[in-house]
Amino acid sequence: MNSDEEYLYDCDSGNESSGDDVGLEFDIDGEAGSGGTKYKDMEDYPYEVLSTEDITRHMIECIKEVNGVVNIPVTTTRILLNHFKWDKEKLMERFYDGDQEKLFLEAHVVSPYKTPKAQKPLVKNSNGMEECEICFLNMPSAMMTGIECGHRFCTNCWTEYLTTKIIDEGMGQTISCAAHLCSILVDDQTVMRLITDAKVKLKYQHLITKSFVECNRLLRWCPYPDCNYAIKVQYPDARPVMCKCRKVFCFNCGENWHDPVKCHLLKRWIKKCDDDSETSNWIAANTKECPKCKVTIEKDGGCNHMVCKNQSCKADFCWVCLGPWEPHGSSWYSCNRYDEDEAKQARDAQEKSRAALQRYLFYCNRYMNHMQSLKFENKLYAAVKEKMEEMQQHNMSWIEVQFLKKAVDILCDCRQTLMYTYVFAYYLRKNNQSVIFEDNQKDVESATETLSEYLERDITQENLADIKQKVQDKYRYCDQRRRKLLEHVHEGYEKDWWEYTEL
Amino acid sequence: MYLFVVEFPTPSVPLRGPCLPQQKRLQKELMSLLKEPPAGVTVDVDTAHTKLTEWVVHMEGAAGTLYEGEKFQLQFKFSPKYPFDSPEVIFVGDNIPVHPHIYSNGHICLSILTEDWSPALSVQAICLSIISMLSSCKEKKRPPDNSYYVKTCSANPKKTKWWYHDDTV
Repeated sequence: MNSDEEYLYDCDSGNESSGDDVGLEFDIDGEAGSGGTKYKDMEDYPYEVLSTEDITRHMIECIKEVNGVVNIPVTTTRILLNHFKWDKEKLMERFYDGDQEKLFLEAHVVSPYKTPKAQKPLVKNSNGMEECEICFLNMPSAMMTGIECGHRFCTNCWTEYLTTKIIDEGMGQTISCAAHLCSILVDDQTVMRLITDAKVKLKYQHLITKSFVECNRLLRWCPYPDCNYAIKVQYPDARPVMCKCRKVFCFNCGENWHDPVKCHLLKRWIKKCDDDSETSNWIAANTKECPKCKVTIEKDGGCNHMVCKNQSCKADFCWVCLGPWEPHGSSWYSCNRYDEDEAKQARDAQEKSRAALQRYLFYCNRYMNHMQSLKFENKLYAAVKEKMEEMQQHNMSWIEVQFLKKAVDILCDCRQTLMYTYVFAYYLRKNNQSVIFEDNQKDVESATETLSEYLERDITQENLADIKQKVQDKYRYCDQRRRKLLEHVHEGYEKDWWEYTEL
Repeated sequence: MYLFVVEFPTPSVPLRGPCLPQQKRLQKELMSLLKEPPAGVTVDVDTAHTKLTEWVVHMEGAAGTLYEGEKFQLQFKFSPKYPFDSPEVIFVGDNIPVHPHIYSNGHICLSILTEDWSPALSVQAICLSIISMLSSCKEKKRPPDNSYYVKTCSANPKKTKWWYHDDTV
């Protein structure tokens, strides 16, 4: 693969591309169009993995495609496409059906049909010098640069202005003219001509590609740290895609592939786990307030006679009824008189809050547990590899020991699916189908645990054949049951079986 | 295998030196403000001369407006990136104008001081904007969130994410 070299601008040659050339001076030679690796095997959802060079090439192809039809300058096309989030159809529609002048105005470009404003020097002294409005220096006209809108500044100031915007403010697509209240965007050719520092050029180019991917609904960056590939699909959907870095994620939301739960519920779940709403739930369920000083207290012993530890309060009260403790000792008093409606309601509320917390913790525990087990994946692969080598020394062929690796693959798949079934189940309202789902879940889970156990067992010469048979049977069963579980949930999505709780 | 070399350019202008473009620009701005100041504006020459990147500008409320007869001081601070970076401008002194866009700590809610800044603007342009902002005021009052803002804001108004919601005053 050609490395960064190809990706860099040709900075030293100083060639200024002509008007029809693509504004960004990418080196587009090499086998254009062949870029990207096509994956079709993942459940008939075709997609490609694009390297940064492929992305650039793809961007240029998009621009050229539109340009073949509309015949306006390339930079104008790029700005317009960006304005429509790289939706070619939308752009064409607006371009031919609407008010074009209005369109250019909205996208902050000068209409390519207007005769360009003569770039008249603003202030011309008798000696043929112009004053730059930024540095206030007098310059020969050759040192001044103007853009489409007609505003002229000296070349040094333009360079400084663009560098500030690119490096300090991280702006790529949308750098407007340096003049006050002028919203016309600076075109790529001008930027590339005025920026001389290779580092700044590279950053500019990165920013353009970044925004190209981010606003294009058919593209998504691989979410893994330090991975620079992007996935290109033919239509956006919540489907698993695998990057060149081997990570599998959901194209729609960028999270780990999370079948059977839907993206929006997973998002809610992650937020729930992240924020501290559960802390307040815990407080509501496990604490009460001192009736006198209102400090929050947690009961840490069995006795209901509470003495507030707040030194300036020291109130004596009953945990059950929150009334003063004093009469509780007397035979004529008992706090069961609080069974009156109002008190009952208050207790019910606390009960409910406690039940909600219990429920959340139940699902969260199981979710976290599978996640934790998945994290040991690497360790397990290493252990299995060792085992496989050992077995090969015991007169087994390479092919004969592959079942162990396959078993770990399936184990991981099962854990991942199980993990997300708990998110799905948390939001699921109970009905006949949800009971079937839970049975399926239970079945996969117990089989997965058995498989996991088998893999941790010692394999000796004597039990080898037996273990191999057991492991193979078990992983086949796990895989089969896992698929059945997913199919059942998918069928439910189609037939509208699933009802969700309002949590 | 390619080696990937990024060359770091040597700065073309010395960071401290007699003919920094920024200094030249500030000197020119100062000169023109001294020679032809807008009505009611005077630059405090002494402060500007001791430190070219920190000015105090005296401003008088224009005749026929709510601020007639009042005197205010504006403090300008220029970062090394001026004019590509906007100056930090606040009211200082004992008299902070009571105005719906001016907080009691002197911070001013004016878009050209942050996101609408352009290097083609100048101290003079800022002064004119502020004068016009004061002159068009119809009722002397503080911004509605004044007490909260003053308690929580950064000392540098440029760190505030201003929300320009009203350009009628």
